[in-house]
Amino acid sequence: MEVLYSLAIGILAGSGVWLLLRPRTFQLLLGISLLSYATNLFIFGMGRLATYKPPIITTDNATDAALYADPVPQALVLTAIVIGFATTALFLVVLLALRGLSGTDHVDGREPGS
Amino acid sequence: MNSLMQHLPVMPIILPLLAGAAMLLLQESQRSARVTIALTSAFAQLTAAIALLYFTTDAAPQVWPEGIGVYSIGGWAAPFGIVLVVDRLSALMVALGTTVAVATLVYSIARWDRPGQPFHSVFQFLMMGVNGAFLTGDLFNLFVFFEILLAASYALLLRGVGTRRVRRGLHYIAVNLASTFLFLIGVALIYGVAGTLNMADLTGKVAELSPADRSLFDTGAAILGVAFLVKAGSWPLNFWLPRAYPIAIAPVSAAFGIMTKVGIYAVLRVGTLMGDDDVAAALLGWILFYIGMATLVAGTIGMLASLHLKRLVSHSIIVSSGLLLAALGLGIEALTAPVLFYLVVSVLTTGTFFMLTGMTDRARLPLFALREEVEPPPAPFYTAFGVAEIDPYGVDEEVGTALPAAMAFLGFIFVCCVMLVAGLPPLPGFVAKFALLSTALGFAEGNGAIWGLAAGILVSGFAAVFATTRIGMRLFWTTVGRRTPRLRILEALPVASLVLLTLGISAASGSVMTYFEAAADSLHDPQAYIRAVLSPQEGVEPGGRER
Repeated sequence: MEVLYSLAIGILAGSGVWLLLRPRTFQLLLGISLLSYATNLFIFGMGRLATYKPPIITTDNATDAALYADPVPQALVLTAIVIGFATTALFLVVLLALRGLSGTDHVDGREPGS
Repeated sequence: MNSLMQHLPVMPIILPLLAGAAMLLLQESQRSARVTIALTSAFAQLTAAIALLYFTTDAAPQVWPEGIGVYSIGGWAAPFGIVLVVDRLSALMVALGTTVAVATLVYSIARWDRPGQPFHSVFQFLMMGVNGAFLTGDLFNLFVFFEILLAASYALLLRGVGTRRVRRGLHYIAVNLASTFLFLIGVALIYGVAGTLNMADLTGKVAELSPADRSLFDTGAAILGVAFLVKAGSWPLNFWLPRAYPIAIAPVSAAFGIMTKVGIYAVLRVGTLMGDDDVAAALLGWILFYIGMATLVAGTIGMLASLHLKRLVSHSIIVSSGLLLAALGLGIEALTAPVLFYLVVSVLTTGTFFMLTGMTDRARLPLFALREEVEPPPAPFYTAFGVAEIDPYGVDEEVGTALPAAMAFLGFIFVCCVMLVAGLPPLPGFVAKFALLSTALGFAEGNGAIWGLAAGILVSGFAAVFATTRIGMRLFWTTVGRRTPRLRILEALPVASLVLLTLGISAASGSVMTYFEAAADSLHDPQAYIRAVLSPQEGVEPGGRER
């Protein structure tokens, strides 16, 4: 599971970085989204991967920490998702404004060579 | 009164949050109400910051032992709860940030806050993010406050729209989003290895790590450091800065001056807490010195190449960042106090200088606009998009009282700014650089790096004189293509008070330096910080009930 998980993060991050370096604003946006997915998965993975382990303590077996998943990375990842979502939405607005103002979707606001 | 005292550390965060949220509910037409709320909140924050500054000195030891105040949010004690920590450095930075923010806010009321968009709310959120980043004692909360201040800065930067602004704003947002991911990865790696994000708790945990975990931790700290360096504007991660800062309206650029220093603060805070004892200093090391020197050189070249005043000031921010990083990278504890002195002076300087550019820009006739100001004609999409371009330098909508002798006043302030940037007496730029040089040269024997830093300080100062004088001659001595701007009292007042404040710092530099030395001492004695954070809080038990 760990290998598959890290491969997924690696592919997402690699594609994200590649798209981030592309000249079109929409590619930039997708790159940022993919990078944020990779980051969020990475944060989640830092709480160690486990199945059938709840992050919330139930009444029975309350003392055995080995039965539970670490809740902190899950809380962190929720915060990171919310913040990432908000900033990406903001970026989308700026992207559309640039498209409207300059008439092109190039990140520099003008086509190369023009 | 007592409960107000107890909640004092959280005031610089709560006040702007409430004020900013309340102003969103007001109608567009209720400008005077918005201005009143914004000013009240800003001055209340300044009062709280000054109170914090007072309580961290030795003058009031009964409030917080060792001058370090800890505020557990919700009453949950560290390391499980989230804490705000006020030590001398935090209090100093909060006071500095709120001072500049109050000045820029007053300045912006003259005209800059007028059209559309909730300027005052966003400005309050910027203050909240900056104050929070200085006060938090938790790495993840540092991230959250960074995001708050960045989100606010995106909105403020784009104020006034315009193709050029949106284009550069897009670059600015993209760079900062990318560095956000680095920040998160660093924080996650550190949590994965150490199992805590409380900065005080981390220090103890790091020492117990196995070598394999230790190298993972160092990787996390290094990634985190890169994120901090992006915010601090260090070379080669600073190309966004001189492109983004000059396009914002003047008060916004002035308020942004503190933002790069948030990055420096983070390096200093995390570096001193984690670089303790035998543990290899992950953040403060030689590499920081070389990065700082490269930043210094890049900023100096940029200053010499600048044709426009705002661009020059942006490059002077880079120079100050480089100088601070290089001085910190030497790892000499005695240098920390002069570094703090220089940091305070440089924030005040850039704030004043940016506000000044807002006034001198109005003196130029559009005919003589420089090449970098030239805008391509609006595209056909422009009108369809339904946004109106606001030109802050354009037609003067005359409001407020105009002062006589405008050019004389502007010229005087300009000379003061030049002296501050270059480090000429009697202004505190000189005191700061002199303190840096004299302390550093004390360690110079057999250490070539010190001579490099000394040369950097002197050459960058000389370059600053050269570059600013060149622009100043064009601004004030050429009469062709210039009109005398109308000077508003609301704009002149904050600029003049900041200059007076720097004069005050210069006059009282002895006692100011004493405070900085105390701040540096407590920084280099992280055990006191750790004791204060991790010891059980008086009167509070887990769950937040008063005992």
